[in-house]
Amino acid sequence: MDCVGLCEVVQNIGVADPSIARFIGLLIGVLLVSGVPLLTVIILILAERKIAARIQDRIGPNRVGPYGLLQTIADLLKLLGKEDITPAAADRVLYNVAPIISFGSVVLIWAVIPFMYSANPPGAFVGVDLDIGILYFVAIASLGTLAIMTAGWASNNKYALLGAFRVVALLVSYEIPLVFSLVIPVMLAGSMSLVDIVNAQSHMWFIFIAPLSALLFFISSQAETGRAPFDLIEAESELVAGFNIEYSGMKFGMFFAAEFLHVFTNGILFAILFLGGYLGFLYQTIPVVGFVWLGLKAVIIYFIFLWLRNTVPRLRIDQVMGFNWFFLVPVSILNVILTALILKLMQVAGFAPTDFANSSLVAVLPITIVLLAKDIIMMVVIMGRVALEGRQARTIEQKMNEDLLATAAGD
Amino acid sequence: MGDVNFFLILSFVVFSIITLGGAIGVVTTRNLFRGTIWLMVSLFGVAGYYVLLEAPFLAAVQVLVYIGAIAILFTFAVMLTRSLTALTDRYNRPIANLVGSVLLFALLMLGVILPVWYGWEFDPAIMTTKVQDTAALGAALVDKEGFVLPFEVVSLLLTAAMIGAIVIAREVEEDEKGKRG
Repeated sequence: MDCVGLCEVVQNIGVADPSIARFIGLLIGVLLVSGVPLLTVIILILAERKIAARIQDRIGPNRVGPYGLLQTIADLLKLLGKEDITPAAADRVLYNVAPIISFGSVVLIWAVIPFMYSANPPGAFVGVDLDIGILYFVAIASLGTLAIMTAGWASNNKYALLGAFRVVALLVSYEIPLVFSLVIPVMLAGSMSLVDIVNAQSHMWFIFIAPLSALLFFISSQAETGRAPFDLIEAESELVAGFNIEYSGMKFGMFFAAEFLHVFTNGILFAILFLGGYLGFLYQTIPVVGFVWLGLKAVIIYFIFLWLRNTVPRLRIDQVMGFNWFFLVPVSILNVILTALILKLMQVAGFAPTDFANSSLVAVLPITIVLLAKDIIMMVVIMGRVALEGRQARTIEQKMNEDLLATAAGD
Repeated sequence: MGDVNFFLILSFVVFSIITLGGAIGVVTTRNLFRGTIWLMVSLFGVAGYYVLLEAPFLAAVQVLVYIGAIAILFTFAVMLTRSLTALTDRYNRPIANLVGSVLLFALLMLGVILPVWYGWEFDPAIMTTKVQDTAALGAALVDKEGFVLPFEVVSLLLTAAMIGAIVIAREVEEDEKGKRG
């Protein structure tokens, strides 16, 4: 193993022994990759509360510190100072482990996220550039389901258990369109590594080549985080708080932080998969600018997530399931088949590059136009069909009502 | 490179403890839900082995399929049988279990010891030198020189299992009830 990246920096500071330098470099890397998300949460919670308040015509936290900036820190101190309660009937070990798995499942995703461009070593500043980055993300995210299940069961509470049941149904179902939508960027980039996917977008962002896939990813990741309109996991009015009803203090805080961080992580993943990650003006000459680009793109997506959450009402569980199995899943499967077919045909015919990273804008343009047109046609056809079915259903319902009224009048 | 080997052995020992500890947990706990959690711990240790064998794709699939899907379904099934969680009765069949485990152990020993004993030829190359990356793995699965036949047979088997599950879980229509008895 050669000494590059952080290890080199440590060596330049004055640590001569390469193995110690490598160790310190790794330690700093791990601390950075896990520490940054932890601190991000504090800002995220405040931002979310402020934005949600504005959307709902309120002011939001404004008492602690200037503009309420210290509110989250005050809340954090309060949560830390609370008594650590474990219900008498709960399964003690699993009850205490669940919040840790929940938070860990989100923080571990950050290990594969490329933050900015790096010339030496060539590639990007990333915790670890796994060959299977996307698969790693899906695998780790599935641990979140486990955490919520464990929490719901170990609490020994009927509301918590009901919440956990809903989680399994919801998260396992929505994983299917999520994974299918992830296949498209992988197909285009020809790699599952997130760094390769970012590099493949250097001439054209994937959102222009695969807008439908981006939309599917957006919807299913909103469902994966269990937020409105998919927040029936913790539906306050039905399940009080769902799986985390028995949790208090910092254990509740960890579930809370995990949820917020998960949403932001999905924003970052969206930015990396479809918006070119750290690519942007000056990303090569001044790498930190690339970091700002990534942050900016992620924040925009995060804002849309919030906007959606605070605007739409909660759906019933049968509506959520029907929407997934009868709409998202067929559409995502059809999308994968059509995209794969068109991409391969174009590549064989020589109209599309096999290596997106080392091509040019002109080479990428034909496939972009064709796939964009395909996505638009698909969306128009699908929405047209949905509108038609809706109209038919309404006509039938109206007719039934009229018949009912006629019978009632006849009596 | 002595230190690298030391860490390899250390991680092998750690993953072995996780795998075997989890397995012991599965068979000793009376609580079904805890049993599934122990099973997940054990499966996670196996994923660690795959990482040590430089097969990251298999490791991720192990976590995704076995922990993320199968074990989650186990917990779901266990939750539906909540009354079983306070179970204290024993359902073990000692003699049958003994015979089964002795046979399995003997088989494993044959598989592990015989090749070493007789010095049968090994191909000690790590996976990454045979199958370069995930793309090569995917190509090998659908290549007629590779594993296309086993791949298709497994797909057929899974499809059959899925159809069977649907047939069993399907609601029985009113006019069909008589025919089924």
